[in-house]
This record gives sequence, structure tokens and C-alpha cells, in this order.
Amino acid sequence: MNRTLAPFDRRRGEVEQVDRVGAYLRLLCSDPGGPAPRPGQFYMLALAAEWGGGADERPYLPRAFSYLRHEPGRLEFLLEDVGPGTHRLGAARPGEGIWLLGPLGAGFAAPREGRAPLLVGGGIGIVPLAPLQADMPGPALLGFRDAAHAAAGELMADVTLCTDDGSAGHHGLVTELLAARLDEPVEVYACGPPAMLEAVRLMTTQRGVPAQLALESGMACGFGACFGCVVPTRDGYVRVCVDGPVLEASDLEAVPAH
Amino acid sequence: MSTELCGLELEHPIVNASGTFDAIAALRTFGDEVLERFPFAAFVSKTITLKPRQGNPPPRLWETAGGLINSIGLPNKGLAGYLEHDLPVLARLPVPLIVNVMGFTREEVATLVAAVAERDEVAGLELNVSCPNVESGLIMGADPRETAALVHRVRPLTAKPLIVKLTPNATDPAAVAHAAQEAGADGVSLVNTLRGMALHPRTGAPWLGARTGGVSGPAIRAIALAQVAQVAERVSVPVVGMGGVETGAHAHALLRAGAAAVAVGTETFRDPRAGARIAAELADIGRDRRVSARL
Repeated sequence: MNRTLAPFDRRRGEVEQVDRVGAYLRLLCSDPGGPAPRPGQFYMLALAAEWGGGADERPYLPRAFSYLRHEPGRLEFLLEDVGPGTHRLGAARPGEGIWLLGPLGAGFAAPREGRAPLLVGGGIGIVPLAPLQADMPGPALLGFRDAAHAAAGELMADVTLCTDDGSAGHHGLVTELLAARLDEPVEVYACGPPAMLEAVRLMTTQRGVPAQLALESGMACGFGACFGCVVPTRDGYVRVCVDGPVLEASDLEAVPAH
Repeated sequence: MSTELCGLELEHPIVNASGTFDAIAALRTFGDEVLERFPFAAFVSKTITLKPRQGNPPPRLWETAGGLINSIGLPNKGLAGYLEHDLPVLARLPVPLIVNVMGFTREEVATLVAAVAERDEVAGLELNVSCPNVESGLIMGADPRETAALVHRVRPLTAKPLIVKLTPNATDPAAVAHAAQEAGADGVSLVNTLRGMALHPRTGAPWLGARTGGVSGPAIRAIALAQVAQVAERVSVPVVGMGGVETGAHAHALLRAGAAAVAVGTETFRDPRAGARIAAELADIGRDRRVSARL
């Protein structure tokens, strides 16, 4: 079972710390009474105060985040300041109230018989792979823009790094590293930007290698109510929040660019 | 604070707006707690159509100032799929079930109403008239005569409560509401979303897959209040008011404007139990008022 049920209430935790991990921000908060999530599951987060009133009067809705680490009563998230929601979360001060809903969605499943996990992450997409690796050790191929972002590689073990600009590790794309490993008896666990995931989907399905992709999609609710976060599969659209976020690469028609 | 709505006994005046809570997905996410602590006094289903629909191409959402623009496109399993797969699960809910239906012709709506209303699990129906009649080209709910003709056609098919969900994208929603009442509707609900648009921040092309969508949330609260007041003045049947309700005070304002019940929509996306919280806040407001009236 790769899904822990969420309590049917958003609950109020407290921000304990926001610190830098390379070019990213790590947010630690309390999660009083929250259950233990499964790797690949996610949470909807919103600060209790000043959520709204930023640029263009946003943010308004909570934002979806994979968790980076969990211990009883405590959660860690990693974020990148890319819009009004992540900007506000990144500016949170210790002691601020934070609304948590989760854990949500379906996480990663165990590898198929005879296959070993191979983790492939791009940028902020490494986040769900960190708790997965803690549960299910395996090598991680991680790609970043540059050395400043690649510093987040320290959050995982057994890492082979690459960067777009060659400032750390292999100079090139993480999918180049993956291509060299597809003859091995592996099952791929991947998360990253849409273009990377689409490349992983194509490579693995063409080679008949099983792959589980953790997708991201803009969502309003996180629990199947809004139908906003759909992606195309061979059976039509499915909701990333309840049918995913982890989906089999072979079931997907494409990883949407949005 | 029990309420009666079109003959249905409700525990409190807060229901969900159609399409803003999927009880089946909620059961998958939260488990049976959804049944034990259901946040609404009635459950209004997402719109069902005669044939299955995939819905609009993504992206389907855009966060706007104080709200949300959605272009979901009414994905659903179609009438047969709904009756076979969804209805047996929804029958487990501890509150009355109101099924929202939409057709592209009057005959389609009649088929839906007849098939849904005969099921014992169904307490009432809501007609989504925010779509074009493909025969006349008119939005059914934008024109009083179109609305009246539709309600005339389906009214004889059931004795169960029939509520018409009005569109705010009409010249005179109160005239449409009055026409629905005169044709036999048991109630009206409003507002549906208001048409809106967002452009891609870099390319300038329409962001939403369907180009335009419906605006909901606090951004439309004042508009909803005005339309609910205007409609409630014009009709004697119960009005279900909705639009940007986030607190008991917002719900109270709609009741003061003449609504008999209040629906919560977008706020549920932020807080899945918003309906129960708002009902409790509303009950507190009622208690405070009774206390101050005695003093």
C-alpha cells in the first residue's frame, strides 16, 4: 500500500526554521498528530497569516509539495522561489502558523521482482526521491542547472551529479546518464521538470524498462475535488492528486509541458 | 440550526456547490472519516451528462486575484456510468443527495431527469442551464423563455425537488429565476461562475486550454450577494445562494439577502471541511443575535 490516508481536516503546524540548501530553501515545521506519509505522497501548504495580498493579490490557494523528510510530529519541505506561493513560504518566520493537509495521493510502489531501484531526479524534483531512497536504497542520478543548485545533492546518498553548465559533475543532461544504465535490471523512479520526465518516459517505454514518474501539476485542492490537475493517459485524463502523483510511465500518453 | 430546503430536511443551511467536492475521491484520500464527519447538510453531485465527457484540455486552472478561474469542462462518466458506479457509493453519504444534470437539448435533459429521479437514493435534482441548447444556439439559462421551456418539459417527470442553477452571465438573472419558478421549479441556486480569462505570462496566449473559464472565490462575493438579493426579491421559491463564501459571516450575509441555504465551493478547495466550519460559525452568529435581541 503506497497511500497513507490523510486526516479529514487541515491542521495547523508551526514553522520551525527556513534555511538554505544551495539555491533552494528548506522549510521545517511541526505536524502535530499527522500520520507517517509514504514516499511520493504530498501535502497542501498555506501559511495561516498573510496568505494573499502579495503580487497580484496572490497567493490564494494552498500549494502542493512533496515532503523531503518526515519524523513523528515533524515535516521538512524543499522549495524554490518561483511564484507568489513559494515566495511567501520562503519568507516564513519561525513560530508562524502553517496549514497542512495530507499526506495526499499515491506514492511510489516497490520495484518489480528482480529489478533494483534507480533514482533519477532533476532540480527541485529530487525531493520525493530523498525519502524514497531512505526506504529503498539505490543509486541516484541527479541533474541541476549549476553548482549552486547541485548543492541540494547532499540531501541524498550514492549520487552521480550532472549540471547544465558543467559547473559540477558531468556536463550534460541527467537523461544521458540514465541512457547508459538502461541495460541493467533496474526500475526507474523519476521526478523532475516536464521535459526531463517526458524524455525518461520515452526512453524507458521504448526500452521496456519499468518507470514510476512523480508528476507535478497545478492543483487547487489536492484531494480530487477540483479536477484541475489532469494529465493524459491511455485511459483518458487522470487526476495527478488522487490517481498520482506517481504514475507508471507506460500508462501516460505524455508528460504535459505545464 | 436545522433548515428546510424545497421539502428536504437539512441539519444546517450549508451545502456544497456542484463540482467542488468529489465525495468518492475524498473517500479515497481521507477514508470513512468523510462519512462520519460529512461537512455539508446535503451533497450536490458534479454535473452529469448523457454521454461520458473527458473534460477540457489542460491547463484548467489559473489563480487570480482573490480567486480562481477554472475551465474543467464537466468531465463525468455519463448517465449510465454514474448510475452504475457512482450512485451506489454516494448512497452511503449521511445526507440527502441532489444530482446535478446538464443536457445539450431539452430531450437530453428530460432523459437525464427521468432516469436520475426514479432512483430512491436521489433526494432532488439541480438543472445546470449554463450550456447552449444546440438546437436554438441559446444558453438555456441566459434567456427566460428558454429556461421556462426546459422546466416545462422536465417538471412532469418527477415530484422530487427541482432546483435551477442560474448563470450570472445573463442579462437579467431575476427574470430567468422568475420564469423558472412560473414553469414549476421548486427552487433556484446562484451564482454559477462568471466568465473570465487569463493570458500566459510569457507568450500572451490564452492560458486555459478552453481559452476562457469561470471565476469563483472571494473575487465574486459582492456580485453574488447582489444577484442573490435581486433574485430573492423576485421569486417566492427557496434560493440557494453562493459565491465566495469563506466564513459564517459571508453565509449569514447571503441568508440576510434572502437565501434559504448557502453553498460553499472554492473555499472547500482550501479547507476540505470548510462547510462544517462555516455552519458552526453561522450557528454562533445566530446564537449571538438571539442573545442580543433579548438584552
